[in-house]
Amino acid sequence: MAMTATYGHARTDPHHIGRVAEHAGPAPKRIVTAYGFWVFLLSDIVMFSCFFAAYAVLVSQTADGPKGSEIFEQRNVAIETVCLLLSSFTCGMASIAADVRNRFWFYLGMAVTCVLGLAFLSIEFREFADLVSRGYGPSRSAFLTAFFSLVGCHGLHVSAGVLWLLTMMAQVFAKGFRADILRRMMCFALFWHALDIIWVAVFSVVYLLGGAP
Amino acid sequence: MLGKLDWSAIPFGQPIPLVAGAVVLVAILGVLIWVVVKGHLPYLWHEWITSVDHKRIGVMYVLLASVMLLRGGSDAIMMRIQQAIAYQSQGYLPPEHYNQIFSAHGTIMIFFVAMPFVIGLMNLVVPLQLGVRDVAFPTLNSVGFWLTATGALLVNVSLVVGEFARTGWLAFPPLSELSYSPGVGVDYYAWSLQISGVGTLVAGINLVTTVLKLRTRGMNYLRMPMFCWTTLASNLLIVAAFPILTATLAMLLLDRYLGFHFFTNEAGGNVMMFMNLIWAWGHPEVYILVLPAFGIYSEVVSTFSGKPLFGYRSMVLATMAICVISFMVWLHHFFTMGAGPDVNAIFGIASMIIAVPTGVKIYNWLFTMYGGRIRFATPMLWSVGFMVTFIIGGLTGVLVAVPPADFVLHNSMFLVAHFHNVIIGGVLFGAFAGFEYWFPKAFGFRLDERWGKAGFWFTFTGFWITFMPLYVVGMLGMTRRMQHYDVAAWRPWMLVAAIGMAVLTIGVVCQVMQLVVSIRNRAALRDRTGDPWDGRSLEWATSSPPPVFNFAFHPDVRGEDAYWAMKQHAKEQQLAHHAEPEYEDIEMPRNSPTGFVCAFFATITGFALIWHIWWMVILGVLGAFATFVVFAWRDHDEYVIPAAEVARIDRVNIEERRSLVSMAGAI
Repeated sequence: MAMTATYGHARTDPHHIGRVAEHAGPAPKRIVTAYGFWVFLLSDIVMFSCFFAAYAVLVSQTADGPKGSEIFEQRNVAIETVCLLLSSFTCGMASIAADVRNRFWFYLGMAVTCVLGLAFLSIEFREFADLVSRGYGPSRSAFLTAFFSLVGCHGLHVSAGVLWLLTMMAQVFAKGFRADILRRMMCFALFWHALDIIWVAVFSVVYLLGGAP
Repeated sequence: MLGKLDWSAIPFGQPIPLVAGAVVLVAILGVLIWVVVKGHLPYLWHEWITSVDHKRIGVMYVLLASVMLLRGGSDAIMMRIQQAIAYQSQGYLPPEHYNQIFSAHGTIMIFFVAMPFVIGLMNLVVPLQLGVRDVAFPTLNSVGFWLTATGALLVNVSLVVGEFARTGWLAFPPLSELSYSPGVGVDYYAWSLQISGVGTLVAGINLVTTVLKLRTRGMNYLRMPMFCWTTLASNLLIVAAFPILTATLAMLLLDRYLGFHFFTNEAGGNVMMFMNLIWAWGHPEVYILVLPAFGIYSEVVSTFSGKPLFGYRSMVLATMAICVISFMVWLHHFFTMGAGPDVNAIFGIASMIIAVPTGVKIYNWLFTMYGGRIRFATPMLWSVGFMVTFIIGGLTGVLVAVPPADFVLHNSMFLVAHFHNVIIGGVLFGAFAGFEYWFPKAFGFRLDERWGKAGFWFTFTGFWITFMPLYVVGMLGMTRRMQHYDVAAWRPWMLVAAIGMAVLTIGVVCQVMQLVVSIRNRAALRDRTGDPWDGRSLEWATSSPPPVFNFAFHPDVRGEDAYWAMKQHAKEQQLAHHAEPEYEDIEMPRNSPTGFVCAFFATITGFALIWHIWWMVILGVLGAFATFVVFAWRDHDEYVIPAAEVARIDRVNIEERRSLVSMAGAI
């Protein structure tokens, strides 16, 4: 076929800038999948940054309602943070177990990740429910609007992550460590770790800065 | 049970939307019945609806854009007629209907015409230009298309069931808040954009990954065709900008649905935050649309001048510069906000700086033409027409980038003229050039040149007659979105604009005729060689239409203008017989109804959310989740095309190509 035949290199280096490294061709599937998922995560972080920006703009607009320092409980936030950071570790363990095709450690790692994620969600849910019951719901002031939206958006992502996690466990149970399932597992792990990074930002910007009197 | 939905949602008192809706419904039903009776349904299902082939999806994107162009165009005709006759009278449209029309016109033209048109062309062409078999994520590609179609469907449903937003195409609060827009119009707007926005983001991720990770052997960055570069820049912008739109619309929806206070007047909400957020998306959006068009012009000008693109590297640099700077100018959309002279000056200067790389591009196209053997085929006409038109639009853009001038021209018809000047003269002309240029590649036959040229000249003339008067009335103080007026000095210009609209409409009719005539004469217009324009990039190396796998082998690229070099080489070799290569089995992704089913549930969810039918929302979301689980459960997502079949298809292609080269040699 003509296009694969060799021909002169006259146009290889038209500007005489030296040797041109030849591109080797399409990347393997694993790279392509992970790369695409990275791009998605970046776009997700852009979305979060909008909620962070809204929070920064609205944080002082309390409309005579409570300020952050009056409603944040540092103890709860500390427990939440520990849960999420630990879950990232166990998620990492599950990823390693998947790489070495060890079902037992995979299920264990994922199950612990799931429990920690649920613990995080239940603490967050209790915090929200408590605030709403005291009349400090999101419609009380623009500050509370921004707070509930930013933290709630992260919570929604964690909920989606738990759903995805259970689906992954079911997939491994039904189909074993197939190549496409391992690729999905890699994406899930990236997602879960990214949530951790976003939580560190939430924790710093919302609770640490806002908790100061 | 049905939320806010009841019989009052159907506008029985308004004849125009009702009749239009009835006509469209009858047309759709007629087509459906014809499809079923003729037995085309299985063909449509297997070959198009469930297809994950990037070429088919690209064609469907362009088809969606074309249909919506007629819809948005009829809105434009109605507005021009209204403003032509509404001098010291109410005109023929009631104010609330007129407000819906201009909002729908803007929304449809940007989101459901320009976006799907350029994404469709990128989908169709970029994998071919890169010499690969498909995009990075074929099934996701189908999901993205069908979600875009869902958004378009919801906007059109609003014509008959309920109403559309009366807030303009960006739904500025506090007008779009519940207290000022209690109806479902803004909800239609927000949910249709939210759903189609997800589709666009998916397409963006897909194309970025395709360009960065799937290029064929030897396709180094500085050998990629210009269209691939502009695709990369445009999709990087999509990935960075569309999440901002998603977040902004989510905030607006939270305000409207749950009583939040992001943008309200009370409880500390901040309206200007909406302006900042929406334009932080909206300004890059302009370049998301126009950069692919710039890529198309580069391909077309180089091909029809018979020369390599002049200043290829400066073109790449200009593209990436525009990609970055476009994120730094959003504030020029609200110089009058009161941010102060320093902020305005910085954003004004940043806006003017974009004119520099754009100017570089214009000069590069001109120098590409200089000394070339120019053929004025229809795509080339659109490109040259663009250069003339776009320069005016660019110059008036620099004018409104001067803050003091903007204080005078802000929200005037001058502005309307300016952005129609760049969007029609830049994006739409580019879309048409790309349509004419790649049509033979997609379908295997050429478009009729006479109707195409007539279409160009009527559209081009009609555009100038329509929009130049708008610059004048803008200078005379006419603001945008006026339902009626009583300033005598504006009247003649509005009449001229209405005449221009009539000429434009003739142009559209010519282009429809071009399609009809070409399909009827397709046997005579057949493109056997796959290279009807004597092209330079790899999409012309395969047959027209390309086989499902695009290339029997991954082409080996050795320089810029890969296919041109291959042709030159073949001619020099005097067609010496090459040993036939070893063909191999090719694995291709299987068809999947995931995209269609997912969009089905998205439509249900969107409609239920608009009308507050909560049980249906839950049903729709569960359905969408179940669709993805079912998709994830598939055991066989690929099928194999045997080597013998690949060889058969490829030999036919090579024979046609040999005859082409030998004919060229004889001349």
